[in-house]
Amino acid sequence: MSMFQIFSVSGSAVSAQSQRLNIVASNLANADTVAGPDGQAYKARQVVFQTALMGAGNDLASAGVRVSNISEDQTPGRKVHDPKHAQADAEGYVTYSNVNTVEEMVNMISASRSYQNNIEVMSTAKNLLLKTLQLGQS
Amino acid sequence: MLNRLTDSLNFQTQALSLRSERQRLLASNIANADTPGYQARDMDFASALREATAGKGIPGAMAATQSGHMAPAAGARSDSQKLYSTAAQTNLDSNSVDMDRERANFADNAVKYEATLRFISGSVRTTMDAMKSHNAS
Repeated sequence: MSMFQIFSVSGSAVSAQSQRLNIVASNLANADTVAGPDGQAYKARQVVFQTALMGAGNDLASAGVRVSNISEDQTPGRKVHDPKHAQADAEGYVTYSNVNTVEEMVNMISASRSYQNNIEVMSTAKNLLLKTLQLGQS
Repeated sequence: MLNRLTDSLNFQTQALSLRSERQRLLASNIANADTPGYQARDMDFASALREATAGKGIPGAMAATQSGHMAPAAGARSDSQKLYSTAAQTNLDSNSVDMDRERANFADNAVKYEATLRFISGSVRTTMDAMKSHNAS
């Protein structure tokens, strides 16, 4: 019964998208954190999606998604000259995290749209299966 | 005699199972809308249905003569003959899923699945009506 696999395919996509939303939330929460005692500020993270075959016998028709990797953005953090700050370095610069809030907001909207799309796919599949169960009745 | 009753049902049964297969394919495309490098796929529904209902063997199909044999899908529904879609808009991550197209196809396929279900219940009801006693109200 191939339609039942829609739930595992879309379910994997929903969980991957929610992981992406989670990462966006931590990036946004850490948008203004300054470098810790080790001199390393928070680095923005991104999820990397990969196709995962869900069906028996690696059937290509049911391709789900999984998060294969979480990569860290290695660009240097924002530096602000503020000699009075407690975390300022010897030259008076404070290193903030390298999170780009605009990019993260766009990422959040995209993740939420994909999440909604997959939820709608699942509810359509559920309706179709329920109607198939009623076949021959009435 | 009896298979004449069920022959018309057979066609709809094949159509229904192909529709559900295509629905799964479209769900995979929608699920992978953000996966880098994923190529959206679709099946040639008309030729898959023609092959499934022609009644003769599909060229290239493998026969499963032992219980341990694999019986992969053959013809237009097999993995090798599914179609790849080209990207409607250029994409840096070479993902060719066009969400508008996939959503439209998904809705279209869902409606046609439901239509096939109604055709089946309609022909079952017709058969049942034909078997009813004339005098019973």
